[in-house]
Amino acid sequence: MPIQQICTVAGMTRLDASTWWMVLEAGKLVEEHGLRGGQFLHIKCGDGQLLRRPISVAYAGWDEPEDLVTLIFEVRGEGTRWLSRRKVGDELDVLGPLGNGFDMSKEGRYLLVGGGIGVPPLMEYAERSKPPKAAVLGFRTKDKAFPAIVSRFEEACEKTCLCTDDGTLGYHGFVDGQVRDILAKDNSFTDILACGPRPMLKSVVKVAAEFGVPCQVSMEERMACGVGACLGCAVKMKDGTMRHVCKDGPVFRAEEVDWDG
Amino acid sequence: MGEQIDMSVELAGVTLKNPVAVASGAFGFGREYGQFFDLSQLGAICCKGLTLHPREGNPPPRIAETPMGMLNSVGLQNPGVDAFIRDELPFLRQYDVKIIANISGNTPEEYGVMCEKLSDAGVDMIEVNISCPNVKAGGLAYGTRPDLAAEVTREAKRHSAVPVMVKLSPNVTNVAEIARAAEDAGADALSLINTLRGMRIDVNTRRPILKMNTGGLSGPAVLPVAVRMVWETAGAVSLPILGMGGVSTGEDAAQLMLAGASAVAVGSALFADPWTPLKVRDGLMEIAVRQGLSAVRALTGGVRPW
Repeated sequence: MPIQQICTVAGMTRLDASTWWMVLEAGKLVEEHGLRGGQFLHIKCGDGQLLRRPISVAYAGWDEPEDLVTLIFEVRGEGTRWLSRRKVGDELDVLGPLGNGFDMSKEGRYLLVGGGIGVPPLMEYAERSKPPKAAVLGFRTKDKAFPAIVSRFEEACEKTCLCTDDGTLGYHGFVDGQVRDILAKDNSFTDILACGPRPMLKSVVKVAAEFGVPCQVSMEERMACGVGACLGCAVKMKDGTMRHVCKDGPVFRAEEVDWDG
Repeated sequence: MGEQIDMSVELAGVTLKNPVAVASGAFGFGREYGQFFDLSQLGAICCKGLTLHPREGNPPPRIAETPMGMLNSVGLQNPGVDAFIRDELPFLRQYDVKIIANISGNTPEEYGVMCEKLSDAGVDMIEVNISCPNVKAGGLAYGTRPDLAAEVTREAKRHSAVPVMVKLSPNVTNVAEIARAAEDAGADALSLINTLRGMRIDVNTRRPILKMNTGGLSGPAVLPVAVRMVWETAGAVSLPILGMGGVSTGEDAAQLMLAGASAVAVGSALFADPWTPLKVRDGLMEIAVRQGLSAVRALTGGVRPW
């Protein structure tokens, strides 16, 4: 059940001109309400914006000490710009936990696929102890492949493949090429867990389907209430129904999504 | 001191324990915001708009933020009137709060069928939406022509055993004309304003943000329009008015009441703060105390225009 929590900013690190690593004191969100990576917090970004901003959780109760939440976000507009100007000690009005996160079993084997700012919501899943994992991480360019993030995957996963759109780091091209190479050699993954822009998800899902590997995708849509009341953040499903990123997602089973809708 | 203020108001013979309702479309069927506060603290709940048959609504994106407001083009996504009565109304009935069903039809006859089902099911009032800007059939078309507004109102009244409140559009030149048509056709109350048609364009892609290109504007930005239209409507008819549009504080609510509303509804301000309706209620009470009123209903129509 979501609650309102006033969270104090415990850490604020600038990764580059537009990307921030923010750590919040979680209050009751983790221990009592079970917040975890892949879910999101709906954050009030000052009085100048009507709507809250949904920000994905990279880590919840995973860093030491265990009552912290890590958010890694990009400045996209006025709301996130306001958020990027917070200082350690500032308080934020937060609603959460919201959304579902990925489904990961202890017995499974997982391929994590992230693109750009869709990489951080996979971080906690990379580090969950038991299941063996591989990762394919895509970035626009080398400068966007922040070592603070990439190194976490390299340490936790059996194999981590990096790709850049411009070829400045790792494989030159999009993530689906690397996913194809991996699945061609080994398609025994329980699930692909994917997070990134919709065109990337669509191409990964296509490759996954060719090799018969199921896929969970974390999706984005413009959101208002964040709790399932306003029906704003709709995603069209194959059966013609609409589901909602805030309440039914952000993670959906790829085979249920209408990728042409 | 607050306890001495009578917060109750009357809306078409229905007594609300306080003048603060939540607006249709912003509150679903109450389950989500019911996680944050006891729904019995509200004066009334205007439920998400219903149609005779289920609707999946418009393609995304459906939301675009604007300066102190937002556009939406949800397009009446809803499970249909029968599913509402079966799956949602029993949940809402657990609370001591007036339930106002909101309906949209493709034809006047559809409004009649829904009124019959809903009044049989025991809702407290029916809000007849003739002003949805996001659907092609019915919706806004009925709200912009007095003859059609009257026809829908008559059909709803003929089939309803509970009071009928007609929801008016701000997207008209002369709201008084539509209001009078609804009153003459037998409406028991009026609610206004629905959203204002608007558009936002991404200058880089040159695409509108909303997939439907246009949508309905709500939020604090529209409050002055709502106050003006409630005032004009109150001057044209003798029906009670549920005022809405941009309410986020007790002061906003008091403005609408002074302009002529008997009660108010909170809509998109919920998205910033789920507890807004309770804060609006408390703010109204403070204003009543400050002004030495014994009952908050004394605010209604109290504006002193120049």
